[in-house]
Amino acid sequence: MSTPNSRANPAFYAVIALLVFMSVGPVILMFMNSFKLDVDIISGTSGLIFLPTIQNYEKALCDVLWYEPDHIDFCSLKFGNAFINSLIIALVSTALTLVIGCMAAYALVRFRFMGRDTVSLSTLMVRMVPPAVLLVPVFGLWNNEFCLDRDGLIGGAIRDTFGGRGDVCLAGTHSGIILIYVAMNLPFVIWILQSFIVQVPRSLEEAARVDGAGPFQVFFKVVLPLIKPGLAAAAIFTFRIAWNEYLLASALSDRDTRTVPILIVNNMSEFNVEWGVIMATGMLLAIPPIIFTLLASRQIITGMTAGAVKG
Amino acid sequence: MRTAMANRLTPYMFMAPAVIIMAIALMYPLGYMVWGSFRDWNPSQTIGEAEFVGLKNYIFLWNDPNFHESLGVTLRFAFFVVTIEMIIGVGLALLLDREIRGISILRTMFILPMMIAPVVVGLMWRYMYHPTVGTFNRFLDSIGLPRVDWLGDYALTSVIIADIWQWTPFIFILSLAALQSLPRSALEAARIDGATAWQQIIHIKLPLMMPVLIVTALLRLIDAFKVLEVILVMTEGGPGLSTEILALRISRTATEFRELGVAAAMSNYLLILLLLLTVGMFAFNRWQEARAARLNALVEEES
Repeated sequence: MSTPNSRANPAFYAVIALLVFMSVGPVILMFMNSFKLDVDIISGTSGLIFLPTIQNYEKALCDVLWYEPDHIDFCSLKFGNAFINSLIIALVSTALTLVIGCMAAYALVRFRFMGRDTVSLSTLMVRMVPPAVLLVPVFGLWNNEFCLDRDGLIGGAIRDTFGGRGDVCLAGTHSGIILIYVAMNLPFVIWILQSFIVQVPRSLEEAARVDGAGPFQVFFKVVLPLIKPGLAAAAIFTFRIAWNEYLLASALSDRDTRTVPILIVNNMSEFNVEWGVIMATGMLLAIPPIIFTLLASRQIITGMTAGAVKG
Repeated sequence: MRTAMANRLTPYMFMAPAVIIMAIALMYPLGYMVWGSFRDWNPSQTIGEAEFVGLKNYIFLWNDPNFHESLGVTLRFAFFVVTIEMIIGVGLALLLDREIRGISILRTMFILPMMIAPVVVGLMWRYMYHPTVGTFNRFLDSIGLPRVDWLGDYALTSVIIADIWQWTPFIFILSLAALQSLPRSALEAARIDGATAWQQIIHIKLPLMMPVLIVTALLRLIDAFKVLEVILVMTEGGPGLSTEILALRISRTATEFRELGVAAAMSNYLLILLLLLTVGMFAFNRWQEARAARLNALVEEES
């Protein structure tokens, strides 16, 4: 079956073509629909012949467009704002997770210290915690416990300087969402990076240490450059989760800090019929991950295999 | 003396940020949740104001038919999803394990569904399942078959199909990687002895891949309990409770019914379930490492 001489079998290529069609088809369908008018989508002139229009995208992005399209009377979707929120949250949390996770993974691999096994085990255990389980406690903590009291020192200072009520909570801020995303992604990043750091030859580090480099220098100048593929893989996975996550963001954000997935879900229930605009917003949300996939599929696959096979 | 001291502190300095963040934003919330699950707690109260009710929430859930329904849906969903994905994924890997030109492009296309936001996946499938404008019913119309109410009568099946679409590639890619790292010598030997393709698969390839396959299946199983957005967008848990998996029910209990205590207790049940699975995975890993060591010793003896 796996002999190389059965290579030119047409049935084999038919299977592959079918698989590609099945996995990419829905994405292409959404892409095409996002350029159709609602009339075309509903009337069912299905097929490739239609007049492409960017009206849906104009409607979705109406709050950041520099011109005013004729067909929009009122800009109800604040997509641009949500997109910027998503971008800030995803980028900052990815960067933080990588730096922190990398250091932790390095310590776990290279040093023997007290509590190492505990940390390693609990890191693995929290990997299984679903976001839905965190919903209740995070909602409670971020809204009540993790607040600066209005009469407290810092809260008072903020009230005096910036005005407002003075009691600042983590909920409703970018940092609140970023904090939970970093915590959620850390176990996975540590796990993946461990398998890459193990492969860095110890002799290199020792050579650097002999030349007089401190532990942090060794880490940043020797180890980090050598595990770039692992970092890329970890970065993509972290970004993907932070960019796509809906549930916790919806519990923690307010009108100004909501992210794109929340916006899409809200629109889904409100204007059930505007398929074109919904598809356009979906496409805009899907574009960054698609770009990553096309650019770095090799790293993604390496990361996936490293994450799963190394138990 | 001072350098020795500094060296001993180094690992802690490297660990500190990660440990602090995980303690604040993972461990503390989990403990807080356990604490909250013993209370009659609604979102407008702080946890201190909520009344302590002991095990009431747990007992209530234990006897709640809706919770049973939801648990049943979750287990059915996880079971079917993992089983079907494993069969298709491994089957495809066995079928496609050969020299293909452009395999990297193919793999890129296969991982695309996994990278796209669950919200968007739900959106695409909701459109395709739509009773009148959806792709599937249009297709059925065009070949003269009656329409199917995908997200009504067959909601759970439809949701399972969408998940299979998204996650089969994961299993396919992992098992392909496992297949291609199998020792060539064993396969060669079998081929020389005249084993047919089927015999090779059943007696050599599958047993050798088994450790990776089991870990993959367990990872998928754990992930299957995390699915929420796809189902939320496609069916919102309906019709009735037919697709309301536990994750969704937790979020609805917390936000719609405003009973944080009950939601916390439900989260705890889910956590216990997942904990059992994870412990199973650990145990399996330990056992497998021991077995691998033994096998290696055997192989070395033979060669």
